[in-house]
Amino acid sequence: MLELEFMRLALATGAIVGLLAPAVGFFLVERKASLIGDGLGHVAFAGVALGYLLGISPVLTALVAAVIGALTIEWLRTRGGTAGDQALALVFYTGIAAGVVLVSKAGALNVNLFQFLFGSILTVTRNDLWTVLVLGIGALVTIAVLFRGLVATVLDEEGSRVAGVPVTRLNVVVAVLAALTVAVSMRIVGILLIAALMVLPVIAANRVAWSLRSTFALSMAFGVSSVLAGLSIAYYADLPPGGTIVLVAAGAFALCSVGSAVARRA
Amino acid sequence: MSDVTPVVELENVSFGYRAGVRVLDDVSLRVDAGEFVAIAGPNGGGKTTLLRLVLGLERPTEGSVRVFGQVGGKSVDGARIGYLPQRARLIGEAPVTVREVVSTGRLAPAGIWGPLRRVDREVVTRAIETVGLTDRADSPLRTLSGGMQQRALIAKALASEPTLLALDEPTTGVDAESQESLGVLLEELREQLGVTILYVSHEFGAVEHVVDRIVLVRGGIVYDGPPSGLPGVWHDPSHTHA
Repeated sequence: MLELEFMRLALATGAIVGLLAPAVGFFLVERKASLIGDGLGHVAFAGVALGYLLGISPVLTALVAAVIGALTIEWLRTRGGTAGDQALALVFYTGIAAGVVLVSKAGALNVNLFQFLFGSILTVTRNDLWTVLVLGIGALVTIAVLFRGLVATVLDEEGSRVAGVPVTRLNVVVAVLAALTVAVSMRIVGILLIAALMVLPVIAANRVAWSLRSTFALSMAFGVSSVLAGLSIAYYADLPPGGTIVLVAAGAFALCSVGSAVARRA
Repeated sequence: MSDVTPVVELENVSFGYRAGVRVLDDVSLRVDAGEFVAIAGPNGGGKTTLLRLVLGLERPTEGSVRVFGQVGGKSVDGARIGYLPQRARLIGEAPVTVREVVSTGRLAPAGIWGPLRRVDREVVTRAIETVGLTDRADSPLRTLSGGMQQRALIAKALASEPTLLALDEPTTGVDAESQESLGVLLEELREQLGVTILYVSHEFGAVEHVVDRIVLVRGGIVYDGPPSGLPGVWHDPSHTHA
């Protein structure tokens, strides 16, 4: 498997995605906003379709669309007088509707589009790897530097406001990081399943972790393990990578849940 | 009335969440340094709204709110306020430990960038020690009793080394015995650290014997004075003290 260039690229890119998606998802889950990744995936779909229509990089247009979607959700949530789930629904459905219209207009309902929707090992190029590497490391460093502020904000948003923490700016950082994760991960996991990789490793870690920091570290460990195992299984069993990765992550959650229940009874 | 700048001063404050519907009407209140004041009243009476105005989370429709002599939330140094929110909001999905929760209280003085410095970690350890949770410092919050969780959140509020401690419904879901020990702890904090305490709750029996004043809020202030002057029908019957 490793002698093949496309698999080496997929595994290297996947490793970064596997670390990044749960690292960002951790803050979404703790804010009880697990479905934001799903909504952003649908907005990214509109971005991919726009890329095809304009003849420019679908990854770039997906990134821009996802960032705009994330900022819109955050703005609606905090200032627009719209409840969080309603803000999400509004952006979610507008994104998918725009995607359908733009795809139809671009005449792009073909196998290339399906690679973005469901992920594909073969689509990862060396340029993609560099893009994911730079953006992924940038995002992880941002999280590391702002970790305490981000944690305080998700644990107690009002208390952080009283303490003078720039809560709105930190929420925007999380929203942009979520959008970035969706855009860089769609080659591997696919737009429709990226949210699962942001959430499943985190809720699996919540079952067995003993502190906030251990939850964060275990989430990333489960994420990268799910991606590497999923890609390997997909290669040998000729399965779609996105679905296989997410099923492995779901399996990790099931194992953690059973392990936690057994440990509590022991 | 003292010439010293009060810690909290509300002058003719009115507030409504919707136009034409006032939750608070023409409220004036002064709290001086070192005072322990219970703000009580029925649910929906406006006591939590009054606290939110003090904390800068809401702006008055009319009148002015000054904290440490400053008008408005953002101009007030957040590190000087230790805020204890309602407990349920902080018990999330992840197994956050006592030390991790208390560390978030150090954000205002330490800033948001990078890891906590050694001096800040020592303050966190002292805050945990102050509330008597040293042996449970690395336990997940959700594994502790309601009373211990409340102590952990008081340690979080203390971690910024505040001069004003504001507690919102601190006894909700806490058994009577823990409520009593909470009252004793707060009195000790006032004596040892000299903090000013605003205690907002519909149950004030646990602190009735240690507070300087009780302020009853029902749309406006209907009583402001010592517990001994409180009309009998308004006493909290859940606690009795000789």
